Amino acid sequence: MKTDRKLLMLIAVFGLIGLAPMLIAQDSLLNIIIMTLYAALLGQAWNILGGYGGQVSFGHAAYFGTGAYAVAVLQVQFGINPWIGLVAGGIAAAAVGAFIGFCTFRYGLRGSYFALVTLAFAEVLRILSNSVDFTGAGVGLLIPLERSAANFQFVSKEGFFWVIWILTFAAFLTVWKIGNSRFGAQLMAVRDNEDAARALGVDAFRVKMGAIMLSGFFAGLAGVFYAQYFLYLDPHIAYGAAISVESLLVPIIGGMGTLFGPLLGAAFLHGLSELSRAVIGDAPGISLVLYGVLLVIMVLFVPRGLAGLASHLRSGKPGQPRAEEGKGHA
Amino acid sequence: MPDSAIIIPSVLNGLTTGGLYALVALGLTLIYGVLHIINFAHGALLMLGLYAVYFLNVQFGLDPYAALLIVPPAMFALGYALQRGIIGRASHGRDENILLVTLGLSIIIENLSLYFFRSDTRTVDTPYSFDVVEIFGAFLPYPKVVAFVGALMTAALLWLLMSRTDLGRAIRALAKERKGAQLVGINADHVFAMSFGLGIACLGVAACLLLPSYYVNPQVGSGFVLIAFTIVVLGGMGSFVGALIGGLIIGVVEALGGLFLGESLGQIGIFLIFILVLIFRPTGLFGARA
Repeated sequence: MKTDRKLLMLIAVFGLIGLAPMLIAQDSLLNIIIMTLYAALLGQAWNILGGYGGQVSFGHAAYFGTGAYAVAVLQVQFGINPWIGLVAGGIAAAAVGAFIGFCTFRYGLRGSYFALVTLAFAEVLRILSNSVDFTGAGVGLLIPLERSAANFQFVSKEGFFWVIWILTFAAFLTVWKIGNSRFGAQLMAVRDNEDAARALGVDAFRVKMGAIMLSGFFAGLAGVFYAQYFLYLDPHIAYGAAISVESLLVPIIGGMGTLFGPLLGAAFLHGLSELSRAVIGDAPGISLVLYGVLLVIMVLFVPRGLAGLASHLRSGKPGQPRAEEGKGHA
Repeated sequence: MPDSAIIIPSVLNGLTTGGLYALVALGLTLIYGVLHIINFAHGALLMLGLYAVYFLNVQFGLDPYAALLIVPPAMFALGYALQRGIIGRASHGRDENILLVTLGLSIIIENLSLYFFRSDTRTVDTPYSFDVVEIFGAFLPYPKVVAFVGALMTAALLWLLMSRTDLGRAIRALAKERKGAQLVGINADHVFAMSFGLGIACLGVAACLLLPSYYVNPQVGSGFVLIAFTIVVLGGMGSFVGALIGGLIIGVVEALGGLFLGESLGQIGIFLIFILVLIFRPTGLFGARA
């Protein structure tokens, strides 16, 4: 009954987070929680493909940016309600995932090559959005201010909190479900040893396609939320490397291929950057230096992330790096 | 449709830019060919080299070409230390881990530079910065022609080193058959670090040749990363000739793309080549291995 305990824990954790608006009056503090949930959503999206599927993506900005541009362009150019844009953004991002997945998995790209190609796709999208008119080209898009719940622009932070709470909770429930499903078992089999999985009759191509589309969908939702929260987009924000890095950093620090890893990673990263801001001040680049140092340290010494660290502290056994447990080579 | 009076200078200009790209890609392909790792920090390290050349020029009045005696050896030492201290320990059996660690290193290097040097774009002033050379009726900037010749010479030197010296033989032995090479007494960790250092030293050479016709700011390296990867993939991972020819092709593609599609859309050709080559011919034009 271990899996049911995970579900109960998930509900309990999100229930506790749901108390935040009642307990916290300051907008600045609530903002940190909103951004943490948003980072957890983005990280969980990456985690589906990278953590559970073993396909390390360097270009998740491709999905994030597509979701963000979808909702913004639909509103600004066509006057379509952003709640419809939320669905459209997720679907558009999943479609981009399907396209990239088809181009890469079809031809058996794996490992570092897959990572580099995803980065190149994100760059192509960045250049395109920088060059065509309906995305506002290099100037970007400003979503007109019109505060109302029907317009996905809440007057108080609390409205945004509940939206991101629901979206992130949905992503985590989906991943819990994946962990208990036939699809999830096949996905992890492909990650651990693709050739062996295929020999056992797993359709690796189809499984990876499913993962990249789901991953793209949730990253697209994060993009939609970002666009509505900040009401401004440009090619560098939407398709820039910073988003791709954040989405892989969160689950790598928290623990790849674990349900709670992205939440741990998001909380840790945002806690750290708030702390560094309080201690060092707003010096340019310093919080990113810390992110880089963390990435190096985690990959070198804690390849299973905070979640892995927690579980082996509990069991009292010395930790083993992921690969030595037989996670296969690319 | 632009006529040949515009296209020929554009192609020649693209070829000289391509020579610079090739120089950056040579180090990358050397590192890949031996260590089979993709060094994502390549652009950030190039940026460090450019700053070194810049400060040597501004503080001590050293000519960027004279810095060739100082910067490449210093970059070699840095590369050796990075490989031995950090990168070599990171893999845990998965290539992606090295990609992630070098990504982490590039984030650290770029943002430390941002912190210390600020985001100002800087250039050096040399007496020859604006000299031009006439070739086939096209007027090309003198520093770019020097860099082009320098790229050819660096490739030739690397080829000599790999084929004629004991170090080169040890490097090739390790690249081909690691266990066997270790059995005959080659110190793998040392030779790996030497190769990584050599690859980074190439960046030092590139930095010295690049700065007179270019600029430096903390983000300058990131523009080179994907271009250098594209060249390496196009030419075949680990092939020097491939890197050279790949660099020239990419330089011309970029110049013509800029001419026909405009500055901002012009770069898209590079990334499309990258994606198409990786999908349809991952061994590149001159690569031997699958």
